[in-house]
Amino acid sequence: MSKNKNNGSKDGSDRKLQFAFYWCASCGGCDVAVLDINEKILDVAEIADINMWPVAMDFKYEHIKKLEDGYLDVTFINGGVRNSEQMEIVSLLRRKSKAVVAFGSCACGGGIPALANLYSRAEIFERAYHTSPSTTNPERVFPSVETTVPEGKLSLPLFYNSVYKLDDIIPVEYYLPGCPPPPELIGKAVEAIANNQLPPPGSVIAGEKSLCDSCPRKRGEKKIKEFKSIWEAQPDAETCLLEQGIICLGPVTRDGCGARCINVNMPCRGCFGPTPEAVEQGSKMLGAVASVIDSKDEDEIRRIISKIPDPAGTFYRFYMSDSFLRKKITGGTGSNAEEKKEEVAR
Amino acid sequence: MNKNIEERVNSGSYEPKIIGFLCNWCSYTGADLAGTARIKYPANLKIVRVMCSGRMEPAMVLKAFAEGADGVLVGGCHPGDCHYMEGNYKALRRAPLLEALLEQFGIDRRRFRLEWISASEGSRLADIVKEMVNEIKQLGPLQIKKENFETDGLVLNPATGKLENPAASTAEGKGGAEVV
Repeated sequence: MSKNKNNGSKDGSDRKLQFAFYWCASCGGCDVAVLDINEKILDVAEIADINMWPVAMDFKYEHIKKLEDGYLDVTFINGGVRNSEQMEIVSLLRRKSKAVVAFGSCACGGGIPALANLYSRAEIFERAYHTSPSTTNPERVFPSVETTVPEGKLSLPLFYNSVYKLDDIIPVEYYLPGCPPPPELIGKAVEAIANNQLPPPGSVIAGEKSLCDSCPRKRGEKKIKEFKSIWEAQPDAETCLLEQGIICLGPVTRDGCGARCINVNMPCRGCFGPTPEAVEQGSKMLGAVASVIDSKDEDEIRRIISKIPDPAGTFYRFYMSDSFLRKKITGGTGSNAEEKKEEVAR
Repeated sequence: MNKNIEERVNSGSYEPKIIGFLCNWCSYTGADLAGTARIKYPANLKIVRVMCSGRMEPAMVLKAFAEGADGVLVGGCHPGDCHYMEGNYKALRRAPLLEALLEQFGIDRRRFRLEWISASEGSRLADIVKEMVNEIKQLGPLQIKKENFETDGLVLNPATGKLENPAASTAEGKGGAEVV
């Protein structure tokens, strides 16, 4: 694909494309997904130089700092922004890049790490460094931004109270959703970059309709008497999962994923994010699910919805940072009681 | 600003903002009746007329809170009286799930109410608003915007709409604090 188009360079020179990959608050699965494009990775190596890829190659931040502004053609960033180091590096990469791709659901909407937005920093630290069963920390030593040791001061990045999606921090040209993005879409994006046929900035490289639109299952009228978790049911493989009482985020989620989960009898969890029409994925799904409950009696309705034990985690599983509320409110009457407590603890 | 609110709460002059999504056929007409009958109710309620309580999307309630409302009231026709037959039942089904969601986000259940108010119940509307205002005064203001990023030391640049770290931009003009 690269041979016919000047190695993808816009000015017709032999300059290769300059790529960078970076990860923030993510699991590393997105980086693996890049390798999942299999032999196409060789095409990437043919058309592009990779300037940074922390998971696979040894480059230092200093290398990037020394580049001219706008030197990088495309930078792929996966993960949400969780701490001050990530904040700094994404800002740096933004200055050095012509285009930035928010790669994967975490960069697009916060992803799984953003579910921790329902807890404050203090609560997360308490759990991770003190009360979790595999931790012994009787002195309650928590990460702090600065620590004084005999040799001098040591510093750590500040852990934020929230996970931010990438475009809260820097402008983003393209969004490639998915947990992780499927190889076909990555291949499509790379091909578009190589041939200089990218969609207009701001585009989401995925479908434009809801997953239901491309879902192969049979659909009828939805009337739900009982919600079931996936482990409680052996769903029929032909019929709409929602009709069987299994919460499937298909109605509010973009297609383009190839219905990978649906095809193995698992419901959609919404990793492709809201459809272009949905203002907000979670509340749209909440409204849709609730309105098909088959009851007019308040007590019965409450009993039926009690089978959805974690609405926020279910409906905002991948896009919490893209929601209206974004995080749990912890402060009381205008004061930051919790914050003060935390400062005292430091 | 934070201090101001605290002072206002302490001095009792804090007035909560309540957004009311009232259905055209019953609750809005009820509010109208309250007006023509000169029934007094607190001015804290800002009414948005919707065609049906079933039109109330959960997103509208969440957005109201996110934009600074301290409480949200949804008013519809009594069950069985809906102008569109089933609309208020849709609201009835959404409300408990929405309440559970709000609670997870740290928003007290008492800040959101779904009430059936018919066109003849102007005084009932006034009573509900009075009750809600009193309850929310006890709860104090919701400060969602502030909580969202100010606790991380970030500021919103209104020109770009992006969050910035003011401490970092002064550090040697490098756009970021040095990270070890």
